[in-house]
Amino acid sequence: MPSYLFWLFSTIMLIGAVAVIAFRNPVSSALAMVTSFVGLAALFIGLSAFFVGVIQILVYSGAIMVLFLFIIMLLDLKDEKKRSESFAPLVAGLALVGVFFIQLMGVLSNKLPHQVAPTIDKASLAAAAGDFKEGSKINEALASGSLPDVHLIGHTLFTEYNLPLQILGVLLLVSTVGVVVLSKRQTN
Amino acid sequence: MQEILLNLAIIITKVVFFTFLVVLPLVPLSVYFERRFSAIIQDRVGPNRVGIPLTLFGFKKDFHFFGLIQPIADGLKLFLKEDFTPEHVRKAFYWLAPALTVVPALITVCVVPFGPDVTLFGRTEKLVIADLDVGPLFVFAISSLTVYGITLAGWSSNSKFPFIGGVRSTAQMISYEICLGLSIIPVLLYFGTLNLSNIVEYQAVNGWLILPLWNESGSVFSAGYWQTCGPQWLFWIPAFIAFVIFTVSIFAETNRMPFDLPECETELVGGYHTEYSSMKFAMFFMGEYAAMVIGSALIVTLFLGGWSLGFGADAAIANFSIGAFKIGGFIHLGIFLGKLLLFINFFILVRWTVPRFRYDQLMKLGWVIFFEAALINVFLAALIIAAPELKAVIIVIGFVLLVAVTAAVIWVAKVSEPPTKILRA
Repeated sequence: MPSYLFWLFSTIMLIGAVAVIAFRNPVSSALAMVTSFVGLAALFIGLSAFFVGVIQILVYSGAIMVLFLFIIMLLDLKDEKKRSESFAPLVAGLALVGVFFIQLMGVLSNKLPHQVAPTIDKASLAAAAGDFKEGSKINEALASGSLPDVHLIGHTLFTEYNLPLQILGVLLLVSTVGVVVLSKRQTN
Repeated sequence: MQEILLNLAIIITKVVFFTFLVVLPLVPLSVYFERRFSAIIQDRVGPNRVGIPLTLFGFKKDFHFFGLIQPIADGLKLFLKEDFTPEHVRKAFYWLAPALTVVPALITVCVVPFGPDVTLFGRTEKLVIADLDVGPLFVFAISSLTVYGITLAGWSSNSKFPFIGGVRSTAQMISYEICLGLSIIPVLLYFGTLNLSNIVEYQAVNGWLILPLWNESGSVFSAGYWQTCGPQWLFWIPAFIAFVIFTVSIFAETNRMPFDLPECETELVGGYHTEYSSMKFAMFFMGEYAAMVIGSALIVTLFLGGWSLGFGADAAIANFSIGAFKIGGFIHLGIFLGKLLLFINFFILVRWTVPRFRYDQLMKLGWVIFFEAALINVFLAALIIAAPELKAVIIVIGFVLLVAVTAAVIWVAKVSEPPTKILRA
């Protein structure tokens, strides 16, 4: 991704993130969060992770934040009043930010083996094609010099992380059934 | 540097051409079709007079283009109306909402393949703005942002009926998005790709998904076809179920007639756009029609072969050229637009023949019928696709399991349904 696009979308994302806490109106905050998510999706797409970027918009901006907005509107929340600042929450918040910042510094300062992002030009993609079965879709796409990110994610999920995936599926099913049971109990 | 500028120019040309010269004119055109078609259905004449008033200048007859200029007159009227903003609205959101309904619908144009390659001035270009590998997902993602426009319109109007309309539309669109996403999984399994251009190219050679009348060894008229068409027709079953669910869900997503509960006049005055006037109202109108155009384009692309004509004629058309210009792609563009108009007319036909659903019927259709049907359809399609590589015993076991699960789901749905109360006057 050209660096100016990176800066553009990071700026959009950061402005959105700051606006979430700066706005007094909950609906404005929710919309600012959507802006931030869209910026994040753009960053993913810039890293050639089209699938992750699109899912980011589809799931977070398109479904979860819509539900947030829905609830906020139904509750008819008023604008947040400016509260008198008390000392304890401020200190706790700053401490959290500090801890997070130190951790981030620690992670970033480590000399990681792959500190340089792997190049995705035609030659390196074609070289990676050998890792996959001859004649498979991934193999063909890599050999022709394109990155089949959807297929690669599917391949990784269903080979390396098959068990965790199924456990997650069962977990989601259980929570869905749980919601149905809870809502049925209330009506009776 | 020159190369970058040239590419940029090509991209901008494509965006302007497809969005503003192909898709946007389809909006007034479909409004015209809507009015004329509904008139035919109701045994009226419809708008057929707007044209050049030659009688004013002493000629014998007016020159009317079958009323085709009517949409322009309508648009002009909306432009010139007073743009009234009520006192009680939340201004910023009230202004933002119409834009949020139109813009996503127009952004999704960029992954729709309008035709194959064309070669002009020695450059080969695809007739698609962005040839993404996540085509249908991109359309779903961007069009899921449309719901913000409608919800915000309802909320920011700060009055009762629009708010109910906005809340209804939120629930409706979220529910049907799930059916929409689940229903095309069989299709994506079959094609093995998410690239819409590749999907259309595959269908051009191997028969449209719900009209598999030809394949690589010939069309219905040749013997080779009948020996190899078995798997195609077997997959036709899940493909057709997917087609029905997808089409009906698109109706619900675009808030078209059998499901236009967010704006139904008899209950909510005008729904979420009650408080809007002039061009802001027109933008909601445009957003609805643009969403309908894009929805039809997606259905045509996934199930009806996109720009392909079929019967093995596509290669010949694609190679049609005048001198060094290979412009067969534009013929395909015409074919695509023809199919698109046919499907838009189908939308209109449904609108003027099917009565509106009740809200609980709508939710039941989405969650109880379509959701389960789409889920079972996914497994059915997977079984059919995997069948050639499985043993006969496993296929039979899988089929029996599928039938058992289907029966169980139907039984549960029947049992959990509250007994209908008979209303007495």
